[in-house]
Amino acid sequence: MANQKRITARTMTDNEYFYGHKACAGCGATVAVRLALKVLGERSYSVLPANCMSAVSFIYPQMAFATNAMIAPFPATGAMLAGVAAGAKALGIKDFHAVGFAGDGGTADIGFQALSGAIDRGDKIIYICYDNEAYMNTGIQKSGLTPYGTKTTTSPAGENRPGAMRHKKNMFEIVAAHGIEYAATASIGYPQDFLDKLQKAAQCETTSYIHVYASCPTGWGTPTHTSIEIAKEAVDTGLWYLAEYENGEFKLNKNPKDLQDPKDYLTKQGRFKHLKDEDMDVIIENRDKQWDRMRKSWL
Amino acid sequence: MEQKRIFVSGNDAVAMGARLARPHVISAYPITPQTIVVERLSDYVEDGSLEAEFMYVESEHSAMSAAMGVSSVGARAFTATSSQGLLHMAEAMHYASGARFPIVMMNANRAVAVPWSIYGDQRDSLGLLDSGWIQVYVEDAQEALDMTIQAYKIAEKPDVLTPFMVNLDGFVLTHTYEPVCIPAQEMVDQFLPTYETTNKMDLDNPTSLCFSSAPADNMEFKYVQNQGMEASRAHIEQIDKEYGDMFGRYYGGMTESYKCEDAEVVLVTLGSVTGTARTVVDELRDQGHKVGVFKIRYMRPFPEMELRQLGEKVKILGILEKNFSFGYEGTVFTNVNSALTSLEEVPYTQNFIAGFGGRDISKDNVLDMFNMLLKKEGKRVEFIGLGVEIDG
Repeated sequence: MANQKRITARTMTDNEYFYGHKACAGCGATVAVRLALKVLGERSYSVLPANCMSAVSFIYPQMAFATNAMIAPFPATGAMLAGVAAGAKALGIKDFHAVGFAGDGGTADIGFQALSGAIDRGDKIIYICYDNEAYMNTGIQKSGLTPYGTKTTTSPAGENRPGAMRHKKNMFEIVAAHGIEYAATASIGYPQDFLDKLQKAAQCETTSYIHVYASCPTGWGTPTHTSIEIAKEAVDTGLWYLAEYENGEFKLNKNPKDLQDPKDYLTKQGRFKHLKDEDMDVIIENRDKQWDRMRKSWL
Repeated sequence: MEQKRIFVSGNDAVAMGARLARPHVISAYPITPQTIVVERLSDYVEDGSLEAEFMYVESEHSAMSAAMGVSSVGARAFTATSSQGLLHMAEAMHYASGARFPIVMMNANRAVAVPWSIYGDQRDSLGLLDSGWIQVYVEDAQEALDMTIQAYKIAEKPDVLTPFMVNLDGFVLTHTYEPVCIPAQEMVDQFLPTYETTNKMDLDNPTSLCFSSAPADNMEFKYVQNQGMEASRAHIEQIDKEYGDMFGRYYGGMTESYKCEDAEVVLVTLGSVTGTARTVVDELRDQGHKVGVFKIRYMRPFPEMELRQLGEKVKILGILEKNFSFGYEGTVFTNVNSALTSLEEVPYTQNFIAGFGGRDISKDNVLDMFNMLLKKEGKRVEFIGLGVEIDG
């Protein structure tokens, strides 16, 4: 990136490559896709599995991608994307990006195997997981990235259970454990950090992975105008984090002296409204454990 | 017409055919009895005799999905599988045909678990007849090589754009060594031009592929897809002739008949068992019986016209298949009967189910079938060579 001009809110292109879609108001995932394509540019091939972003933007005859794009079978983002890259390379096409946009379920659950295979082969693809912490397209069901205590339609909260019973699968470190060239976490609440990471991913010769936290007002029970704010708060409270894995090393990009109390962040979201104090304690204890570990070895 | 003649297995022949077709990318996952195909293709890529990328994917679902990615930018893709692997990619197979990606795939016909068996029958591919793929069933290693090349030419025709499955009976064909003529690369290049299509993602002319369609349009896409499959019929006949004129080997297009002209009883077959059936026909002919064999080469598109023409002349037909649709009958039988219903005089038909899980279909078995047909004896659906007593 040294010889490249840094892309910021001021310098980024005015061209839009993702518009006219039918996403919900306040959708965080659309922000992630829009920003990513502004960085990657018009010589991009996008591959999206069955998910919200494909459901809202590929309904014949109204296509919302101005760049090349296609929908992959749900489990196959990594494989189809790798096929696109291999085919384009074999045809002698140069200076292009093959980018995938999969949700949390499409990445950590059903699409995990194909992603793992692509990283293992070192295919030159950029894989972006937009994490809204549940299967939103089908109406808010629990995924492997749904955090503890989340009320979804398949992890209902009631007298006996607080909602989801397990903490999020640690996709960032699972991906890093493959020995990937570049992996990062990001949040739409910290757009410059996300833009910088996209630029790094675009320079990779093999596989890169960005896991971007993307709010979902419909699934989270939050007002549509607070999507950016809430994605920022997730980082400020330490329930999400900004980190990178590069040259075999982890790096924590943002290390607040004191993490904010997450109680306000949680209680203002419909999905967490039911949480009791002891559930909050479970969440905070898990957060602190993770931050202790990250601060010890990622700084 | 200089062609090298070498002694190779059916799997080798497929790999050599694929190499001659110059795919840009091969994405494949190993499964018995297909494995040698992907091993050979890996070798060819390594030794430089095939300028392609070999993607060692982590599953068959990914093999087909990667092949679709390759095809989506206008490059040529090849893959190979069998049985459980074929079923694992079932979702992606419907996807490939709907997206009109002319991918070519070899399938080693093998039994489907449970019980587990690595040996041959045809329940795998026949279970996916409705996936929108052209399906050809070859009879020997030479035909396997030739059809792998022809497959691309048929599949990539702009009015076809339909993926193509070349089926070989597991072990019987995949692992049997035979002399095979290897066409010269220059001649194959002349026969098979590079793939040109507008059905692709193009950086100069961006588009969206594999999109959604509302109820108002969905049926039209599927109707047009079927037109592509239907258009392949004429190309199958034409390209068989073109290939024969160039390389000296003709296969008869949709079907191949043996001594059916004056026959009173004909056995309809699929795949390698046809050779056994021909031998039995010769022996029965020596005894004065007017019998013949009619081999279905293509299950999709289905040779309905050819079967009707057969049914106009021959009034007793047996249908032999290594397949069964539980709760009914063999699927080949269902398809053949459907083609015959429009005849004024519908022939007598009988279904012979045999050869599951690699069980040999012997000359005696085939003789039993002809004897039942000649006497019009036995049930409408007969399981051949069952080792247990079955009620009824």
